[in-house]
Amino acid sequence: MAAHRCSFSAVLFALWGLSLLTVARGQEATLEGNDRTAVVDNPESVAGAAEQAAGQPAAEDRRWEATAVEEVSPTEAGGGSDSPAPKPAASPPSVPRPKDDFQEELVIRPLHSGDIYTSFQFRTLWETDFTRENKVSHYRLFPKSLGQVISKFSVRELHISFTQGYWRTMQWGQPYLPSPPGAELWVWFQDSLTDVDGTWKELTNVLSGIFCASLNFIDSTNTVQPSASFKPLGIGNVTDHRFLRYATLPREIVCTENLTPWKKLLPCGSKAGLAVLLKSEKLFHSSFHSQAVHIRPVCKDDQCKTTSWELRQTLNVVFDLHNSGQGKNEWSLFKMFSRTLTEACPVASSSKIYIDITDNSQGEQFELSPATPLLSQAVVLGDRRTFSVYDLTQQITFGTMRSLNLLIRGKSSQGDMLRPLLHAERYVAGYGLQTGEIHTLMYNNHPYRSFPVLLLDSVPWYLRLYIHTLTVTSKGKDNKPSYIHYQPSKDRVRPHLLEMLVQLPPNSVTEVTLQFERALLKWTEYTPDPNHGFYVGSSVISSLVPSIVAMDTNNSRERPLFSSFFPSKEESSYFVRVYTEPLLVNLPTPDFSMPYNVICLTCTVVAVGYGSLYNLLTRSFQIEEPSPGLAKRIANIIRKMRGVPPL
Amino acid sequence: MAAPLTLLLLVAVTVRAALFRSSLSELISERVEVVSPLTAWKRVIEGLALLDLGVSPYSGDVFHETPLTIYLFHFLVDYAEVTFMVSVKKNVFRKQKFALEADRYPLDCLELIRSPKEMYYIPLKVAMFYLLNPFTILSCVAKSTCGLNNAIIALFILSTIKGNVLLSAIFLSLATYQSIYPLTLCAPALLYLMQRQYIPVNFRRASFWWFIVQYAFMYLGSLFVIICLSFFLLGSWDYLPSVYGFILSVPDLTPNIGLFWYFFAEMFEHFRLFFLCVFQINVFFYTIPLSIKLKEHPVFLIFMQLAVISIFKSYPTVGDISLYMAFLPVWSHLHRFLRNIFLVSCVLLACSALFPVLWHLWIYAGSANSNFYYAITLLFNVAQILLVSDYFYAFLRREHHLTYGLYLKRKDGSEATLVLK
Repeated sequence: MAAHRCSFSAVLFALWGLSLLTVARGQEATLEGNDRTAVVDNPESVAGAAEQAAGQPAAEDRRWEATAVEEVSPTEAGGGSDSPAPKPAASPPSVPRPKDDFQEELVIRPLHSGDIYTSFQFRTLWETDFTRENKVSHYRLFPKSLGQVISKFSVRELHISFTQGYWRTMQWGQPYLPSPPGAELWVWFQDSLTDVDGTWKELTNVLSGIFCASLNFIDSTNTVQPSASFKPLGIGNVTDHRFLRYATLPREIVCTENLTPWKKLLPCGSKAGLAVLLKSEKLFHSSFHSQAVHIRPVCKDDQCKTTSWELRQTLNVVFDLHNSGQGKNEWSLFKMFSRTLTEACPVASSSKIYIDITDNSQGEQFELSPATPLLSQAVVLGDRRTFSVYDLTQQITFGTMRSLNLLIRGKSSQGDMLRPLLHAERYVAGYGLQTGEIHTLMYNNHPYRSFPVLLLDSVPWYLRLYIHTLTVTSKGKDNKPSYIHYQPSKDRVRPHLLEMLVQLPPNSVTEVTLQFERALLKWTEYTPDPNHGFYVGSSVISSLVPSIVAMDTNNSRERPLFSSFFPSKEESSYFVRVYTEPLLVNLPTPDFSMPYNVICLTCTVVAVGYGSLYNLLTRSFQIEEPSPGLAKRIANIIRKMRGVPPL
Repeated sequence: MAAPLTLLLLVAVTVRAALFRSSLSELISERVEVVSPLTAWKRVIEGLALLDLGVSPYSGDVFHETPLTIYLFHFLVDYAEVTFMVSVKKNVFRKQKFALEADRYPLDCLELIRSPKEMYYIPLKVAMFYLLNPFTILSCVAKSTCGLNNAIIALFILSTIKGNVLLSAIFLSLATYQSIYPLTLCAPALLYLMQRQYIPVNFRRASFWWFIVQYAFMYLGSLFVIICLSFFLLGSWDYLPSVYGFILSVPDLTPNIGLFWYFFAEMFEHFRLFFLCVFQINVFFYTIPLSIKLKEHPVFLIFMQLAVISIFKSYPTVGDISLYMAFLPVWSHLHRFLRNIFLVSCVLLACSALFPVLWHLWIYAGSANSNFYYAITLLFNVAQILLVSDYFYAFLRREHHLTYGLYLKRKDGSEATLVLK
């Protein structure tokens, strides 16, 4: 038992570190080096982290180096030799910023499969404190509907995503913001809240109204409280998972009615800025569509004295090359969105388009028009990427036509994509409707480093898991998880929750299998199409993956000698969350047309039992006397009427 | 007597060992007819695994055994083989119990028809009926904990028939603790013990009430001790709703051979509670009229009660059926009065064969639906009801004949026919 506790605390410690990095990563992932706020944010998060727990110098050390390297990086940038890459970041802003701040950006990444990945990010910052002032009445850029939700339900962090389609990690690489198919909602509540479950119920109903989604189907049967997988991404030191609620609706269909309310939360609506591109008839004619809203508290300044709320709205779309109708590998804003850009959102402090040109430094894969002199570098998902930047706040970007229609003309040669270091897949094995087995495969494609992953599985109660059948094997050997958090289900009350910390050996496949039994439900508990099957939400795999930069062992690349002796410590690992496919499982069904028949028949059998026993209990044996014949009886009646003694 | 018994024992153990070693054991332990959510060995293992993970086995809805069982298994067994041996032992014990019990019991029906020679073989027959009953073998090979419950009930019957009041009360409380239904067996136990001690069943007599108070005290006392012991083992009362709530409210609708699963799967939600009460009261309800009618024959009352429980309980398995079927050779003297034993046994056999077939068609082949399996459970239960009521009829008829003579005459001297009126 003591050993258990020890390992548990060690795990918690590791997770705490992980969450720290997550905080830093989340703030940094999408912001690039020459962005003013990114540089401001980084030391803040470190300061915040250092406040949370002294005695973690390693984290601070790493972060500081990362910042330093980013400053150095423009000199190393191979392709951008002619890019001056303005860096006003060195001077922290001395002028007081307005209380609200809005930024928008669009990242476009041509994928190796010929598809194209576009990712919109809209960030609204608001310096206010909902918790201190009860009534916040003045809203400028921040949407009032969400502000009221935060203050009424004591929300500390809210993450919600709606996804149509499945992200194919092996073809497309890692997404900037992962999300599972269907709807996902996870919320950290303030630790002052007493009735978390009641608040959660109300909150899901309110969000259901705000986003026109079936979030009201979130109840205790699909809500879990992960102990380790979901840590707060904003500032704050509460990691007690009693205040965390996580739920997915894998069946949720995402469509226009979800996009419209999402667009309404933007300060410019869909009238100006990047949001004019969001036309639903094009966005949903794609192979992957994911829209999300993230709300979290972030630091306002270096000292982290005041906090502000960050609302981050993201929309990720993968346009299919073959779906678009023309065989030519040619993309333009107009082709993708049926709109071109004419202006930035007037209230936006920054409005940019980034094109990932890392694999295209010499223009061998595609060519961009109009060309832009601006380049930027950022370490995204452990990889140093180079981007062409179009700044929409500059009039010159739009040229003489007063409109920007980016054109990406692909060339035939397609390079090899770096295999994602971590990916996972899942399926159900077995036949028949009685039992089955869930297989989860986790691939570690790193050639020589092993790393731990946290696997989170939330399985509905009607698939009764048997934890004693859990096996984890990698490379044919048993791989015992170092930490298991298992919460068995309760029928019609709560789902199974399984969290495991598994070490993935280098260059291996780790297989997790778990047997389950399919329950027969009441006839009213089936969905209207019961033979379609029941969905089981994606497993969530969270991990700190060794960075690709650190993996780079070939010395052929031009690097200063002083930087290449020890393995690069810079960004030695980065946080990745991978979602597996949701499962579709068939359950045995009763005959839905039979309730009356069944009630009648079963009651008949019970009545047969009751009747035969009653019969034997209440009667006694007697000798049967033959009853007189009919004629005799009639004669007797007549004789009785006549007053004559019967026969 | 000893030699055939040993032989029988050897055969029984060999059959079980052979089946257990064969690939069939896996298949058998998954059969819904053989294991219920209450008694499945897989769930016991799951409970142990949860205990090892530091999770209360009752926090989920997989484990429904009583705490003592889980600790028993926790300490006793780690390997299936050992358990297997334990359950075989259990069977052996039980068989001996029956043997002894049967030895004593038939005295009271030794009237005209039975010869002492026949009596002599009854224990052996009971042992054979239990040990070689395919239902028992199946539930033993499936390592169903139903065998454990049966053993406790058998011990209770034995101690009652031996006249040991204290042991009888203790085993009855253990049986009640394992699954609530054996509670109804306290009526026959009281009747039998009073019969042995020549206490008349008379509500006006103080000795009658005094005996009842004594027995109730022993019964409730041991029940209290067991429940508190479970509480101290677990440190919480979680097991009460998880075991007894599970038995009474029937949340798990996994198909079995009983009447509950499909009925409550198809039930209209607002009538659910009503029918739940009706069905559960139905199990307990027969105690009072049966004990009034059979107050002179407590052993037959035990048989009737066991049969009623195993037919109408919420999660019946074939193990429960085999328990009351083991009594059948005791009533071999009733065979001449049975009316439809041939039909009933044919139906029972046919149903037993059709269970796996229709299950396969529904669950694996997909060419049938749930109604097929449900129909078979209905038929199986009707056959059981007919069997039991037939035996009841035969018993009452024989009692009548014992009083009035075997060859009854009508007033006019012709041969009479007996009817129930």
